[in-house]
Parts: sequence; structure tokens; C-alpha cells
Amino acid sequence: MDLIWNGIVEALRLLFGGDGSIYEIAWRSLWISGVALVIAVAMGVPLGAAVALNEFGGRRVVVAATNTGMAAPPVVVGLLVSLFLTRNGPLGDLRWLYTPWAMVIAQVVIALPIVMGLSQAALQQIDVGMRQQIAALGAGHLQGFVLLLREIRVSLLAAVMAAFGGVISEVGAVMMVGGNIEGQTQVLTTAIVQQTRIGRWSVAIALSIILMILAYGANFAMTVVQQQGRRRA
Amino acid sequence: MSASASAAPVLVARDLEVVRAGRTLAHIDARELLPGDVHVLLGANGAGKSTLLKALNGLEEARGTLEFEGRAVATAAARLALRRRTAAVFQRPYLLATSARHNVESGLRLRRAARAEARRRAAAALDLLGIAHLAARKPDRLSGGEAQRVSIARALAVDPAVLFLDEPLAALDPPTRRTLVTELLDIFAARAMAVVWVTHDSDEALAVGDRVSFRRAASCRRGRPSTSSRTRRALRSPTSSGSTPTSRARS
Repeated sequence: MDLIWNGIVEALRLLFGGDGSIYEIAWRSLWISGVALVIAVAMGVPLGAAVALNEFGGRRVVVAATNTGMAAPPVVVGLLVSLFLTRNGPLGDLRWLYTPWAMVIAQVVIALPIVMGLSQAALQQIDVGMRQQIAALGAGHLQGFVLLLREIRVSLLAAVMAAFGGVISEVGAVMMVGGNIEGQTQVLTTAIVQQTRIGRWSVAIALSIILMILAYGANFAMTVVQQQGRRRA
Repeated sequence: MSASASAAPVLVARDLEVVRAGRTLAHIDARELLPGDVHVLLGANGAGKSTLLKALNGLEEARGTLEFEGRAVATAAARLALRRRTAAVFQRPYLLATSARHNVESGLRLRRAARAEARRRAAAALDLLGIAHLAARKPDRLSGGEAQRVSIARALAVDPAVLFLDEPLAALDPPTRRTLVTELLDIFAARAMAVVWVTHDSDEALAVGDRVSFRRAASCRRGRPSTSSRTRRALRSPTSSGSTPTSRARS
């Protein structure tokens, strides 16, 4: 028990003692996952809408692939992105492997199917009659799309939260494509793995506390937006 | 109830046909809608009335000729333009998940009316339907009748050149239905509004229509033109519903 207790006390000392390197790691985690999330939402919502609102050949194949992607193991994504970014790979000339940009790409690949699949499912729940009513009100394609997004905003924010939770907490992909280089590509999850492995429990606990606070804080903010205007029974 | 005989038709349909997967879902031979007309499409469920209404409102692509205010409606852009000058109310109110006021403003805002203008006309429409006191309510706090009044107010707020009604009262209880029919007819008469009213209820058709088109499922499926009865008189004493004299003369 002493080990755990001392670890927590030391962790709190690190957190409030202003150890800059811990917060530098936290900030890197946040911006990498934040950028990945923005890209995934910008691509995933329109793609999900395209699948939900249109009929085309191979539609079921796309839906099944998306749903599979929602459960893709991060290490497989890590391998895939590594293959593309490695020196001899198709995108090797970018020299992005073991940089934060490789990590952003990997997290986009993880988050995109989640955003796409959940927004597609939400949009499909909307009555065809409602879509017709919106068109009859005089909505053009883009206007209608925006109105539909407003109708599914609760589900949409749930999708964003699920995607954020998925990328901020994953370790496999960022470890493989980022390399956990101190001061460059080390993020909270990879640092936790490393510190635990070398037995620096207190640092690992401190990093974990920050990770939990980030996850809770982001989800709390989105939940506040999501639950606005909720009818109280 | 009718406009002056010299008025130009606002909507003209000739050999309009909705075809999906090789099957004719609805067909109309020739119809003209004048300002002030309340034209009823009467027929059984599945007769293609709703499909026809969607074709007339530019919601469905259709073969044949459709003209709105003298211009052909043949492209997607023209159908959007048509929808932006008309309005539709369906059997279910289909309100957006926002207040009644914002719902009634939504058609105006989509048509790029200024915010103040939209607010003013929405307030007038809510007033007209007697639901000004419900303006702040969300759809989940409205009864079925109230929600349908919001939907009708939303349609009237845009001051449509043609109002399309698809079984607008079918989901309401009889007293509410009777009150709304009376109110709507007063509003149509006051505004000389062109209306296409779809119903399966012949009593409702007789109560509201200047002209009634009777659609039979079979004739629609085979793509044969529907018969048009000239007046309520014709419907009241049908010698044979399939052979009522076709006349597009004004009643």
C-alpha cells in the first residue's frame, strides 16, 4: 500500500510543483489529438451524411467497412501509417515518420471511422418525411445539411466525444509512428508506458491524473453543450 | 372562392408522370391552378396522390411538363426555386427541434429573409393560427393539434404562391379538424391563395375544394389519366366515378 500512497503523494507534488516537462507532454497530447479530431470531424460528418442520405452501389460495403474501422486496433493503424510514411513508402518523401504529424495522421485514421459511422447512424434515424419537409421549406443542399446536423446535434456530440476518447487515450499507434521521443513526440500515454516500465511510479501516476483530467474536462465541456435545452421531466 | 377569370395560372401540369424503377407511380394529364383555387386531389391510400403532390411541389423529379408562373420547371435548380416560392404541410407536422417561433421563421430564413422581417412575419402567422402564446414552446411541449398549427403557420409565413397540403388534418381529432378546416378556408379566401389539398376523405374534399380530382389506384398504376369532376355536384351524384365529364372550366 505504501508504494501506491507514496506514488500518489509524489505525483501531486510533481503536478503542483510546476515540473514543466509534464505539462509540455500534456500540451503535446492535447494539440495532436485536437488537430486530429478537427480533421476527422471535418471529413467524417460530410462522409457520414453522404452515406446516410444517398443510394449508391456498394453502400453496404462502405457501411460495413466504416463499422469495422470503428473497432480498428490502434497498433494495426500504426503499422499501416508506418508503411506509408517509412522512407521507402508512398509518402516517405514527406519525412514525417517519428514526427507529431505522423501521430496526427494515425489519430485521424482512428477517429475518422468513429465520427463517420456514428454520424451516419444518427442521420439515418431522421424520418424521410422530415428531410422532405426541410426541402419543402426551401432548403438547398447545404442549408438542408446544416439543419439536419442541428437535428442530430446530441448524437453528433456523442460521436465527437467517442472519437476524442479514442485518440487521447490510445498508445499503440502514436508509439509506433511517433517513437516516444522525449521533447518531440512523447505524449501522455507513451510517457505513462515508459515511466511505468522503468518503475517511476509517481511520474506515471501524475501523467495519468493529467490524462484523466483532460479526458474528463473535454467530455464535460462537450456534455454541457450537448445537454443544453434538454427537457426536464 | 375563385379569382378573376382573367388571372394567369400559377401552376400548369401537362402529362406529368412520376416513374420509379420502370413503374408509373403517379400521372396527371392536364391541370391548371389559378390564384385562389383550392384544388383537391381525392383518392384512396396508395393511389399516388402524395407522389403527385411532391412532383407538383418540385420535391420529386417527374416526366412531362410542369410550369410555375409561366416558366418551365425542368432542372434541379428550377425545382428549388419552385419550392422557395411555395410551401407544404404534411400529415405529420415535422417540426425542427427548436421553438415554435424559430420553426415558423425557418422557411423565411431559408429563403434569405432578413432576421427582423422573418420575426415579424412569423409573429403574424402565429397570431393568425391563434398560437401566439405557444411561440416559445419546443415541439415536445406541443399537442398534436398545436404542432400542426405551427406547421401550417410556418407554411403561411412565407406567403406561398401555392400551398400544398398532404392530408394535413388526417392525424387530428374530429373537433380540431372541423375548426381548422373553417379557419383555413377563411385564410385561403382572404388571401386568394392557390391551394392543392390531398385527402382520402371525401367529406373533407367536398368541404374545402373548388375543384376535385378523383384518383383511383388502378388508373394511376396503369398510367391512365385520372378523371376530374367539375364540381361538388358531380361528386355528390356520381353516375360513375370513372366517367365524370372532364372539364377544366372554372366552377
